[in-house]
Amino acid sequence: MALLSKKDTNLITDPLADNNPITIQVLGICSALAITAELKASLVMAISVMFVLGAGNVVISLMRNIIPSKIRIIVQLIVVATLVIIVDQVLKAFAYELSKTLAVFVGLIITNCIIMGRFEAFALANGPWRSFLDGIGNSLGYGVILIIVGFFRELLGSGTLFGIPVLGDPIEKTGLYATGYENNGFMIIPPAALIVVGIIIWVQRSRNPALVEEN
Amino acid sequence: MSLKSKLHELKLKYQGKKMAPAFNAFHTFLFSPDETTHAGGTHVKSADDLKRTMNTVIMALIPVLIFSMFNAGYQHYSAINGFPADFSLMNDFLTWNNFWIGIIKVLPLVVVSYAVGLIVEFIFAVIKGHEVEEGYLVTGMLVPLIVPIDTPLWMLAVAVVFGVVIGKEVFGGTGMNILNPALTIRAFLFFAYPTWMSGDKVWVYGARERSEEILAGANVDAISGETILGYLAQNKGAEMTYSVSDMFFGFIPGSVGETSAFLILLGGLFLIFTKIASWRIMVSAVIGSLVMGLIFNQVVEFGWVAESSKFYGLMSFDFWKHLIVGGLAFGIVYMATDPVTGSQTNKGKWYYGFFIGFISVMIRVFNPAYPEGVFLAILLMNVFAPTIDHYVVRGNIKKRMNRLKNATIYPKDSDGKAEELKAETV
Repeated sequence: MALLSKKDTNLITDPLADNNPITIQVLGICSALAITAELKASLVMAISVMFVLGAGNVVISLMRNIIPSKIRIIVQLIVVATLVIIVDQVLKAFAYELSKTLAVFVGLIITNCIIMGRFEAFALANGPWRSFLDGIGNSLGYGVILIIVGFFRELLGSGTLFGIPVLGDPIEKTGLYATGYENNGFMIIPPAALIVVGIIIWVQRSRNPALVEEN
Repeated sequence: MSLKSKLHELKLKYQGKKMAPAFNAFHTFLFSPDETTHAGGTHVKSADDLKRTMNTVIMALIPVLIFSMFNAGYQHYSAINGFPADFSLMNDFLTWNNFWIGIIKVLPLVVVSYAVGLIVEFIFAVIKGHEVEEGYLVTGMLVPLIVPIDTPLWMLAVAVVFGVVIGKEVFGGTGMNILNPALTIRAFLFFAYPTWMSGDKVWVYGARERSEEILAGANVDAISGETILGYLAQNKGAEMTYSVSDMFFGFIPGSVGETSAFLILLGGLFLIFTKIASWRIMVSAVIGSLVMGLIFNQVVEFGWVAESSKFYGLMSFDFWKHLIVGGLAFGIVYMATDPVTGSQTNKGKWYYGFFIGFISVMIRVFNPAYPEGVFLAILLMNVFAPTIDHYVVRGNIKKRMNRLKNATIYPKDSDGKAEELKAETV
């Protein structure tokens, strides 16, 4: 017997492709643009969001029958805020440099549309286990895009991956730089992320025309 | 059998095939197609199709290109040997030595720009099954003229791919783009490789190599290839040796084709005469830049800017000279008048052009890190052009509604029916 039923597997796999939070639902764009100049920051952001969304979905799902619907947004905010503060403190304690790079964006996970979106759309109407899977699935979908964008931006913009030079030394002119190659400064400014995300959306929709919106 | 009829035969053979768009592109470039409109169909008969329009602009650019090839060599040798004491056009400028530098430095830029751009266009045309669009003909010629002479060819190729795909094809190709593709390419180069697009080492061929030799320990003089705006931005206007006629005729360093205001003026007149480019945009852009320049001159006149201020050099620069240095003239004549990205309404063109000139000079003065703003100003106004048109059209509708409201409508007021009719129409 499989670990997850077919329906539950879809909760994880759908957001990775045809129901991706960034490219299809267009949620969480701001952080995708802001922190993807480095792969490391993208990865940490993805993990943080995975923790917040996974845990948050479970908490909201457990409380879903006792939250009065009029104040549900406030309750959700409190849950997210608590989880975000935990992430923030952990980062500050164990990865101080990185938490400086991510700066305000860890705190801003609280406003990441994916989180409130999944609470509202899924956790309030489903049991804790399915909500947990949904949270993991959506944050994986978010993380995949973040890592793809971060990979290209760091590789082309700084010539490194996870801070390790992979194309040679731009100052000593070794490796690829010996041939006259130069880092592309455009890739490390936020508009480049917009264009990379746009290209991902373009590729995805031309592979699967069913995703193209009518207008 | 003539080549023409042979090509027509081939065309029938290729019809409906995957490669048909690619074939047709070459075919119509050589000959007009043999199809005619059906009787009773269209009433407009003109040879002035898109290809003809594009070719006219290229004709206007050819003198600029040839001048820039000579100027490339002239700047190179002047920087090494010093400027000739008594300048003679035939002996110092129009020489084979100068032209040779143009052939080895400028021509490759043109070839790469066209080759890469057209390959992208062909790929998109074949995928989409469209005709190959002619839009790149002009862009391909503009691009080499607005980059510094030392731009590495691979950078140009990368930028052209980016500009054509992201700047044009994603919007649906020629005629659908929001931003001028040539300027998108320049903006990409500028933000991606700033060290190759500004400073005093990129405008004259040899300056960068020379500075690398000096770094390596060679005992040679450095070549200064500072542009006029570069001098002014550093408040070093006094060190400049260029006369006003140098600036006007273009014997100054700068992007490949932007230097000669004289030839650009001739090209502009040619475009106005052939009714290809809008004179409204050109005139209003000139007015806009003069107004902004005058304002800055007055500010200096009133003594509001200290001579030690970093803006002093550019602010005190005579307002009319802004038109003959840097890329302003080139931008106004060849880029701002792009019929796709500019305003479409006649009234809108006045606003559109005015702000291009106005903002260009403003960016020049207030952005000392990079003392040229024409391409940014034009891109900005490209974005605003549809908004301008929207308000012009709305204003026109309002005006006509008012005219209707106040119109005398028969039967006369005395009949008592006038009010009734008015209420119906409005």
